[in-house]
Amino acid sequence: MASKFTLSNRTGWLMAGPAIALIAGFVILPFFLAVGFSFTNQRLVSPNPAEFTGLANYRQLLGLGVLHLDPLKDAAGATVLDDQGQPKLPELRSITRKNPDYPQFDGMREWFSWSSGAGRTYVLASDVVFMKAIVNTVLFVIVVAPVQGGLALGLALLINQRLRGINVYRAIYFMPVVVSIVVVSLLWSFIYDEKQGILNNLLGALSFGALPRVDWLGNPATALASIIFMSIWQAVGFHMVIWLSGLQTISPTLYEAAAIEGSSKWQTFRYITWPGLKNTAILVLVVITMQAFGLFSQINVMTQGGPLDSTQTIVFQAVQRGYGKQDISGGSAISVILFVLVLSVSLIQRYLTRERN
Amino acid sequence: MAQTTPDNRGLRLVVRYTVLTLIAAIFSFPLIFMIMSSFKPAEQLLADAHTIRALLPIGDISLNNYFDAFKRAPVGLFVFNSVLVTSVTVVLSLALCSAAAFAFTFVQWKGRDLALTVILATLIVPFETIAIPLLLEASKLPWIGASGITYGWINSYRVQIVPFIADGLTIYLFVQYFKDLPGELIEAARVEGASWFAIYRRIVMPLSGPVLATAAILKFLAMYNQYLWPIMVTQEEQYRPVMVGLQYFFQLNRAWGEIMAYLSLITVPVLAFYLYLQKAFIASIASTGVKG
Amino acid sequence: MKHLKWSAATIALIGWGGMASATETLTMWYHGAGNEVESKIIHQIIDDFNASQKDWKVELQSFPQAAYNDSVTAGALAGNLPDILDVDGPNMPNWAWAGYMQPLTIDESKITGFLPGTKGMYNGKLYSIGLWDAAISLVTRKSILADLKLRTPTLDKPWSGDEFEAALKAAKASGKYKFALDLGTAWTGEWYPYAFSPFLQSFGGDIIDRTSYATAEKALNGDGAMAWGKWWQHLFKDGYAQAKQDGADRDNGFNTGEYAFSWNGNWAALGALKAYNDVVFLPAPDFGKGSKIGAASWQFGVSAKSAHPDGASKFIGFAIQDKYLAQFSNGIGLIPATTSAAAMVDNYKDGGPLSVFFAYSNKEGMVRPVTPGYVVESKVFEKAAGDIANGAEVGATLDAAVDEINADIKKNNGYAPH
Repeated sequence: MASKFTLSNRTGWLMAGPAIALIAGFVILPFFLAVGFSFTNQRLVSPNPAEFTGLANYRQLLGLGVLHLDPLKDAAGATVLDDQGQPKLPELRSITRKNPDYPQFDGMREWFSWSSGAGRTYVLASDVVFMKAIVNTVLFVIVVAPVQGGLALGLALLINQRLRGINVYRAIYFMPVVVSIVVVSLLWSFIYDEKQGILNNLLGALSFGALPRVDWLGNPATALASIIFMSIWQAVGFHMVIWLSGLQTISPTLYEAAAIEGSSKWQTFRYITWPGLKNTAILVLVVITMQAFGLFSQINVMTQGGPLDSTQTIVFQAVQRGYGKQDISGGSAISVILFVLVLSVSLIQRYLTRERN
Repeated sequence: MAQTTPDNRGLRLVVRYTVLTLIAAIFSFPLIFMIMSSFKPAEQLLADAHTIRALLPIGDISLNNYFDAFKRAPVGLFVFNSVLVTSVTVVLSLALCSAAAFAFTFVQWKGRDLALTVILATLIVPFETIAIPLLLEASKLPWIGASGITYGWINSYRVQIVPFIADGLTIYLFVQYFKDLPGELIEAARVEGASWFAIYRRIVMPLSGPVLATAAILKFLAMYNQYLWPIMVTQEEQYRPVMVGLQYFFQLNRAWGEIMAYLSLITVPVLAFYLYLQKAFIASIASTGVKG
Repeated sequence: MKHLKWSAATIALIGWGGMASATETLTMWYHGAGNEVESKIIHQIIDDFNASQKDWKVELQSFPQAAYNDSVTAGALAGNLPDILDVDGPNMPNWAWAGYMQPLTIDESKITGFLPGTKGMYNGKLYSIGLWDAAISLVTRKSILADLKLRTPTLDKPWSGDEFEAALKAAKASGKYKFALDLGTAWTGEWYPYAFSPFLQSFGGDIIDRTSYATAEKALNGDGAMAWGKWWQHLFKDGYAQAKQDGADRDNGFNTGEYAFSWNGNWAALGALKAYNDVVFLPAPDFGKGSKIGAASWQFGVSAKSAHPDGASKFIGFAIQDKYLAQFSNGIGLIPATTSAAAMVDNYKDGGPLSVFFAYSNKEGMVRPVTPGYVVESKVFEKAAGDIANGAEVGATLDAAVDEINADIKKNNGYAPH
């Protein structure tokens, strides 16, 4: 489209300028302030002036170490056994708490570990909670992005039929979207409740009592999955509508041509619908990914990151530190880490969905 | 389809409607629970919660929770504030963001690609992570009003509106949609001497029904459901929106009946807005359907 | 902002004409929005004060409690605080240290008879004063004690840790209760340190070393704390209490017979009295270092930015009259700050059904650590207590909590007063 007829610096800036100025003032500037805070020890409220601390916040958040411990030997060189007759390892806290021989591990905690040889290998982190938050957030994104996008497309195809009353169904599928996520989280807290929740009773009835009652949000094994399910339930209708508007942009004449040539439903989808949805697909994927990385409200209302950090997320940690613990510099560093992480992911996404000409 | 017998067709219809209805049940039951609960006294609400009774209007049904909710908090004021802040933001946002997206998609200008890249990068920044710096900034911003220049936007409608007018997501939505519009049409109009503004208004906007509806819904929801920011910037009750109002109901012993009534009340305006837009949405699709 | 400009104008006027009779407006923030009774009483006090003199006029801005602390922090960041602030007792040192509050200038004699937990002292100065205190007791029924053949503990001779253990065991063995003990784990946030750190203190541990306020080492991971952690974890592991409780169980569980004992505040006492005619409020068990409960509730103070600390202090001095203390107590069930006010309240006067709470507050009450770092320490403690309840390893969890608290103290240069 590069022609002299579409070239106009004045028009470009005139039409895009106001939006650019607002974004620069209310998103970019505060973000750079946050970047600045992350290199200091700035507190939310404090009479102490902030000091430049370099990368200290990042080191604290991302510090990792690997340690291998061998069983203890007694004076005779025999392996010491514990009460259960297992080889006894040195206490981890004797190494990570003010041990002058291991300054690199000071203040670190076990993130995870495995048996290796006669001993055990530990991966230590200076901020185990944050590590868990990263893992949970990434897990959430990996599950939610394809599942929600796929279900939304399925619903869009389902709802794109010419059927009497289809608009009613469309409105119903969309309804959860218009309800605030805070409200949704409150309602689902009821539904997931071990005793008072309708979900356990429903599953119990459907399985004739075979399924045991589960404390969905109180059990580290099910809490994140429960939040994933609810999040998809809430947002899938929105992406259904985006897919629908994409479907509407495909010319009916293409379908007519396909029908005349006698192509099967799958062929029609594969060779007409899907190629026509390319821009929509990129949009849906990008939007879901961005929103999923920002997972916060559900956590804040339903679990506060628990039980046992099984639902900690990056943004929840950023808020928890920045506001709750008044550590605005630590919270800001988390924001920057999140930014870099999502930026890398979206660059990869962009590379994978690039125009292949 | 031509070979399907009438019987077969009837059966298929039944299957289709059954599937559609089952899915509808999954999507609607929490909301039915909310609405039904709003008519029940708290003890009954909790006792009913784990059975099918939770979804039925049975037992001690009344509007008492609604009356109590209005007694506890100025619900009307909160809804008014939210609707005001939200609708002003939505209208301004659609205007500015579609104009920007138009410039990004159809006009060639210096700095365009860089500006678009930076704006798309802001999509990555969750609001929670910049709220505090934004508060520090907003508390120092100047404003020209009836009493001359004043500093500090705290406690106002503008502090709830202006920072949210332009955002990367809305611009991105428009850009992705505009890309599918026939660019030759715009170029042809330019060749024939149409002004940029005329092309924006007379060609592109009339074709943009679906994306306008989508962007409006998204913006409306984001604004209406704002919570963290209003808590930080509305110290006077007169400016508080619905989500801050929700906190009025979280006393030590939670009055769940009233909470359900309040939740139902604040959800209704959004549903109404959506149903209205859906009509516009479908109408616009019907009129612009053929393209590409 | 409005009132600041207005007061500046007034000051200019006074300077100009030397007339001092103008009425100054004082703004006040309070956490009671959404609570009808509380709002009514606070408005009454303000109306009475405004009518009682001509120099000052107090204007109230109410906030919902759940959002109050965030609002004040945001207000302080934005340089927008009122003259009179309402503050939760344990947060006061942080606000004073951060420079949002200034010491009160009310006559010491006015508060000599006040319950210790109502006086907000920091750095040897009075910053805030409460019209009431709150107290926790172990709620049960006489019939339950008789049924389980348990001795009735008294303030002078509370249950020992072993007796408490036996009581829980007996309640569980009876099979009559879903859980022996309702701890209120459904209430997150400040409830955890408020309600559960006194157990820790009774075991000989603490959230922080109170002699220096410079470290949590030994206090939160020493022998006392380890003993507390193991005991705390066994409550859940052995099925005496729920690590995750739903809100409805907390609100009504004891009153509908699901629990034998409930660890709950005096504000919930009226509900229990309504449900049963033989409710008793027992003192906290003594795990070795005495029987302890948390003290200090919401209090009034003056913001550091106030241009009229004299007026603000005058209002607070006015508000702490016995009749208002009594009104709050009648309205929302809190413990009046003075004996003379308690005598005016049916529930708290000598022989009243809640009078034991006054005694508990006076004798067992222990304020949470008086340090600006408490706002962080309380959250660290909350997480540690929650994790241990959910089965996390006690030693490692407490070590991590100590490290986090110490790192925070270091980041704040030891929270040295200014």
